[in-house]
Amino acid sequence: MFNKKRNRFGETLIEWTLRLSGGTTTLVIVLISIFLFTEGWGLFKSSTVEKGYVLCVNRSNKIQNLTPKQVKEIFDGNITSWKQVGGDDIPIEPLRMDDIASQYTEEEIGANFEHLPQKLSEAIAAKPGALAFFPEQFININFQGRVLPAETITLKEYFGGKEWFPTATPAAQFGVLPLILGTLWVSIAAILIALPFGMAVAIYLAEIASNRVRKILKPLIELLAGIPSVVYGFFGLIVIVPLIRSIFHLPVGETALAGAIVLAIMALPTIITVAEDAMRTTPLAMKESSLALGATHWQTIYRVVIPYASSGIMAAIVLGIGRAIGETMAVLMVTGNAAVIPHSLTEPVRTIPATIAAELGESAMGSVQYQALFMLGAILFVLTLGISIWAEIIRKEPKVQ
Amino acid sequence: MQKNKFTGKRANQAIFFSLFRLMSYLVVGILFCIIGFIVIRGIGVINWEFLTSAPKDGMTKGGIFPAIIGTFYLVIGSMLVAFPIGVMSGIYMNEYATNKHIVRVIRVMTNNLGGIPSIVFGLFGMSLFVNKLHFGDSLLAGSFTLGLLALPLIIRVTEEALKAIPDTYRQGSLALGATKLTTIRRVILPAAFPNVMTGLILSIGRVSGETAPILFTAAAYFLPHLPTSVFDQVMALPYHLYVIATSGTDLEATRPMAYGTAIVLIAIVLIMNLLANLLRRRFSK
Repeated sequence: MFNKKRNRFGETLIEWTLRLSGGTTTLVIVLISIFLFTEGWGLFKSSTVEKGYVLCVNRSNKIQNLTPKQVKEIFDGNITSWKQVGGDDIPIEPLRMDDIASQYTEEEIGANFEHLPQKLSEAIAAKPGALAFFPEQFININFQGRVLPAETITLKEYFGGKEWFPTATPAAQFGVLPLILGTLWVSIAAILIALPFGMAVAIYLAEIASNRVRKILKPLIELLAGIPSVVYGFFGLIVIVPLIRSIFHLPVGETALAGAIVLAIMALPTIITVAEDAMRTTPLAMKESSLALGATHWQTIYRVVIPYASSGIMAAIVLGIGRAIGETMAVLMVTGNAAVIPHSLTEPVRTIPATIAAELGESAMGSVQYQALFMLGAILFVLTLGISIWAEIIRKEPKVQ
Repeated sequence: MQKNKFTGKRANQAIFFSLFRLMSYLVVGILFCIIGFIVIRGIGVINWEFLTSAPKDGMTKGGIFPAIIGTFYLVIGSMLVAFPIGVMSGIYMNEYATNKHIVRVIRVMTNNLGGIPSIVFGLFGMSLFVNKLHFGDSLLAGSFTLGLLALPLIIRVTEEALKAIPDTYRQGSLALGATKLTTIRRVILPAAFPNVMTGLILSIGRVSGETAPILFTAAAYFLPHLPTSVFDQVMALPYHLYVIATSGTDLEATRPMAYGTAIVLIAIVLIMNLLANLLRRRFSK
């Protein structure tokens, strides 16, 4: 009697363990979204100017604030007058620490830079058009310039910004537009390359191939899915990249096209498997009635099987894109990683996953760049999650009758 | 009045079918092309010394032994995380859960987790295991990260394996007075065992080739010693290949090493796939 009771207790315990295990995947998805967003969200509370530094102007300057983009343009020499950023018509004189330090002798600055704050202050006061970029520690009470208030990075600058330059000083640029467009550019090109092949193989496997041939081909396609992405990247690097360089006479072969070709090969197994499964669900009665009406096998395939499987085929395409968007290593190795908005397939591009993989190792934990990269991860997470759910919905759509 | 076989709609069919066959063979041809190219170029460097010694002279000589060991540890660690949870999750979904909606939610979530890019797992692993739980860049953090990545595959395979077992097995066991748990332990699991093992083997193949999840959680460029505790960093085959293929002072000199590493990675995947297929074929009879 007692023994039985204990057994039942054991069963309940095990049942709860099983129940908990069942909840793991849900928990992990929730945790991933929480962690990515909390790590990334700090970005929008961070100052656009490098930590420990401030931007200062002459007291007579009426300018209230500058966006990171404007700061970068000024120091790059592309904006030369205060009028262009809403101030008076005076030329801008950018001042960096080095400019000041080189004007004075070591004696004048002092062995421990004790006179430097004084000199900085004088330099600012002397130039009405000055825009200075100084370490915060050198600003003292007698400072005769005006420190510009630190602006935080806005959502608009992050999502609409056309420049990704996280190591730029004085103001790092975190515009993700080129990365998002680069990712979509490469992925969609990859699917366009993969689709004809994927459909052909799916039709061949589902309708034409004998059982024997199918039994040989299926495991080989699975193997194609099993090869590690870093091996695809290596193959792309030593075969496809030099090939593209010599065919198109390019200075470098690491281009969007190289990425698209490698991704096409990698997305093929997904497209083939999902599309084939969809075609296989066509009821035999539908196919037989088509054949009985005198249609050939091919007519039956494109008039009956493909329309019937169309939602599954759409799901295959969507899942293929999802696979391509998230692929990291192979893309990192063959696309050249230039963060510019893509215009052609024969230029280098940079994708979101490749950016994370390339830059996270160099960014200090909690830094603005670190936060910007986690935000990229969050974008990628939402994008791929949305694609998974979208594919699921497409698959459930009512079949064409 | 029989028309010629190669006119009209029949000709059309013949053309399309041969086109599809050709394209199918082409796709398989790509596979052989990739594997063949790497094997032919790199088979020369594969020897006992390459497999059992550490890299020397800035990765241009020596072998990949520490990377093989590191990947081996990572595979063991990640399977210790993923296999029990995955199998239990599958059992819960197929044998215990009575609410259809819950099963549906779990299935959708499992599919979604399977669709999340590996680099996102890397970010998550870095922020949870490396930073929040203070595992540091370590075998432990890498194993957990890779384990979560492998989870959906194991759950899916387990669920399918359990589904394939006829209900008569369950009813027979219950009719003999066995409890549900005993039925699962003595009847269901032994019957599902080969298929569950297939899932395990396939996920080992998958995990051993993943680079992005271990970039920031476990992998090291070079270590003079083999890892001695779970808090040590490890070298790993896929990361090793990435590093020596893309960075280094003398890419030409490290190329043979890269080919050799790629061959070992491909060999692992090939062997795992072969094993899984053999197992599947043997027990499906």
